[in-house]
Amino acid sequence: MSALVLAEHDSGKLNPATLATVTAAAALGGAVHVLVAGGDDAAGVADAAAKVAGVEKVLLASDAAYAHQLAENVAPLIAGLMDSYDAFLAPATTTGKNVAPRVAAMLDVMQVSDILSVEGPKSFTRPIYAGNAIATVESSDAKLVITVRTTTFDKAAPEGGSAPVEPVSGPGEAGLSSFVSLEASASERPDLTSANVVVSGGRALKDAATFEQLITPLADKLGAAVGASRAAVDAGYISNDYQVGQTGKIVAPELYIAIGISGAIQHLAGMKDSKVIVAINKDPDAPIFQIADYGLATDLFEAVPELTGKL
Amino acid sequence: MKILVPVKRVIDYNLKPRVKPDGSGIDLANTKMSMNPFDEIAVEEAIRLKEKGVATEVVAVSIGPAKAQETLRTALAMGADRAVLVETDEDIEPLAVAKILKAIAEEEGPGIVMLGKQAIDDDSNQTGQMLAALMGRPQGTFASKVEVEGDNVSVTREVDGGLETVKLSLPAIVTTDLRLNEPRYASLPNIMKAKKKPLDTKSPADYGVDCAPRLTTLKVEEPPVRQAGEMVGSVDELVAKLKEKGVVA
Ligand SMILES: Cc1cc2nc3c(=O)[nH]c(=O)nc-3n(C[C@H](O)[C@H](O)[C@H](O)COP(=O)(O)OP(=O)(O)OC[C@H]3O[C@@H](n4cnc5c(N)ncnc54)[C@H](O)[C@@H]3O)c2cc1C
Ligand SMILES: Nc1ncnc2c1ncn2[C@@H]1O[C@H](COP(=O)(O)O)[C@@H](O)[C@H]1O
Repeated sequence: MSALVLAEHDSGKLNPATLATVTAAAALGGAVHVLVAGGDDAAGVADAAAKVAGVEKVLLASDAAYAHQLAENVAPLIAGLMDSYDAFLAPATTTGKNVAPRVAAMLDVMQVSDILSVEGPKSFTRPIYAGNAIATVESSDAKLVITVRTTTFDKAAPEGGSAPVEPVSGPGEAGLSSFVSLEASASERPDLTSANVVVSGGRALKDAATFEQLITPLADKLGAAVGASRAAVDAGYISNDYQVGQTGKIVAPELYIAIGISGAIQHLAGMKDSKVIVAINKDPDAPIFQIADYGLATDLFEAVPELTGKL
Repeated sequence: MKILVPVKRVIDYNLKPRVKPDGSGIDLANTKMSMNPFDEIAVEEAIRLKEKGVATEVVAVSIGPAKAQETLRTALAMGADRAVLVETDEDIEPLAVAKILKAIAEEEGPGIVMLGKQAIDDDSNQTGQMLAALMGRPQGTFASKVEVEGDNVSVTREVDGGLETVKLSLPAIVTTDLRLNEPRYASLPNIMKAKKKPLDTKSPADYGVDCAPRLTTLKVEEPPVRQAGEMVGSVDELVAKLKEKGVVA
C-alpha cells in the first residue's frame, strides 16, 4: 500500500491542511508521497513538504499549467501518476473537492468524501446528512480516492523529515479552462480552519459595519479567527469564505463563540466538534443552546462590548 | 443552447434525519422530501439564462424512485421545459449518476450541464466533477456567478481564499453554490402548466450503465451527542467560567 497526497498550498506556502492529510494517508499503513503541483513558486513548497515527518518522497510538478490548480490540468497529472499508488488523498478544501472527484472518475473509482477516520485498509467513517449521521463505508475499488476532513486528524509534524524531491511532469495545459482572477479576502487574522479560537456572527449583527464593530474587537482580544453563518454571508456582512457549516468551512477550535446565530443544523455541522462552545443569543430557546457549553441568553449589542471589555 | 439540470430528490433541508435503530441507514419513511437546495439554485440559474435569451431549452433530469417525478414537476413548474426520470429504486452512487448523465448529455448535447455542488443527503460533492472528467469537459464548481460570453462561460467560484474567476470553453459543467441566486417559488398557474409538460421515463439499463455500488455501507450511527452545558446569568459569570476552563487568559 502506498499513498499519494496532494499538497494544498498558496503563495509559495504549504497549507497546514496538507499535514492532517499526511496523517490520514499514513493511517493506511504504507509509504506516503506528496505531490506538489504548481507554478514557479512550487519548489519552495516542495522543500517544505520534504521536511514533513513521515513523508518518504515529494513529487514536484512545476508548470504554468498547474499554477492555479485548475482541475482540468491537475487531474490528468495525478491520474497519470496513480499507476504507482494504491490511494490518492486530498484535503477536503475547495481545491481538493474540485480536483479529487475528477481524478476518481478518470480512474473509474468511487471517491470516499470527507473521511473522519480510517477504520481498516479500505473502510472509513464519513459524515452524511450534514453530520447528523456517521456512515462507515468500505470501498471495493482497486484504488482509493479520498478527501480528508482535516479537523479530525492530527497534523503531521512540519519538521523532522528529509524526503527527496523528484521532478515529475504530466500532460500540462488541457486547453479547456483558464484562470482569470482571484479576489482574495485579505486578512491578518488566523486562518479560520486552523485557529484556536473562532468568533462567529450571525444574522442578528444587522449589517457589515455592525458586524465589524462588534465581532472584530472581540476576535482581536482573543487572537481569534472570524466566522459567520450563511445568513450573515448572504446578507453581505462578510465574504463567502467566512461561512462555517455543512456547505462552508468546517472548524474545530478550542473555543467557538457563536453570536446571534440560531444554530440551524447546517451551521452546527461546521462547528459542533469545537472543544468549548459559547453562545450568545437573546432567544433562550435558540437551538444553539442545546449544544453550547456556556449559554448567555441576552441582547448581544450589550453583551458583546461588555465581554470584549472584560477579557 | 440547451441546459441540462440534474436534480436530486432528498430529505427536506429543514428536517433532522433519524438514524435507524439497527444502524442500517436513515429512516426516510413518512419524511418530507424536496429538491436538493443546490439543484433549485441550478434550475433557477438555467431558467434565468433562458429568460436572458442565452439558453433555448432547459431539461431537468433526475435519477431515483418514481416519486422523483414530483421533484421534476417542481423543476418544470419553476420553468424547465421538459424532464427525464431515470427510474430506479436502488441508491445510485455519484460515479454511476455521472455515467448516466454523460449518456443523457451525449444524446441531448447541452451547452451547459448545471448541477448542485452537493447533495445534502450523501454530502458527496462529486457528481459534477466526475461528469466533467468522463466527458472531457471543463468544470466550474461552487459557482456564485455564471456569465456566458460567446463560446466561453466565465464562472466565479466560492473558494477557501475568496472568489476565483475562471473561463471555460463551452460545452462545460457548472456546479452551483448558495450565493448564485435565490430560487423562485413556482406560481399556482405554473404548477398547473407543469403537469402538462413532457416527462420521459427511462431506466439505467437504457443507458447501459452498470450501477453496482462500489462502496458498501457497513453501518450508520448517530454522531456522539453533545450535552447541553449550562446557562450563565451574566458576562462576568461567562468570563469566570472561561477562565476556569482555561480557554481564555
Ligand atoms: C443547502 C443549505 C446549505 C446551508 N449551509 C449552511 C452553512 O454552511 N452554514 C450556515 O451557517 N448555514 C447554512 N445554511 C443556512 C441555515 O439553514 C440557516 O438559515 C442559517 O444558518 C441561519 O443563520 P443565522 O443563525 O445567522 O440566522 P437566524 O436563524 O435568523 O438566527 C439569528 C439569531 O439571532 C438571534 N438574535 C436576534 N437579535 C439578537 C440580539 N439583539 N441579540 C442576541 N441574539 C439575537 C435570534 O434569536 C436568532 O436565533 C444552509 C441552508 C441550506 C438550505
Ligand atoms: N440521483 C441524482 N439525480 C439527479 N441529479 C443528481 C443525483 N445525484 C446527484 N445529482 C446531482 O449532482 C449534484 C451533486 O451531488 P453529490 O455529488 O451526490 O453531492 C447534485 O446537486 C445534483 O445536481
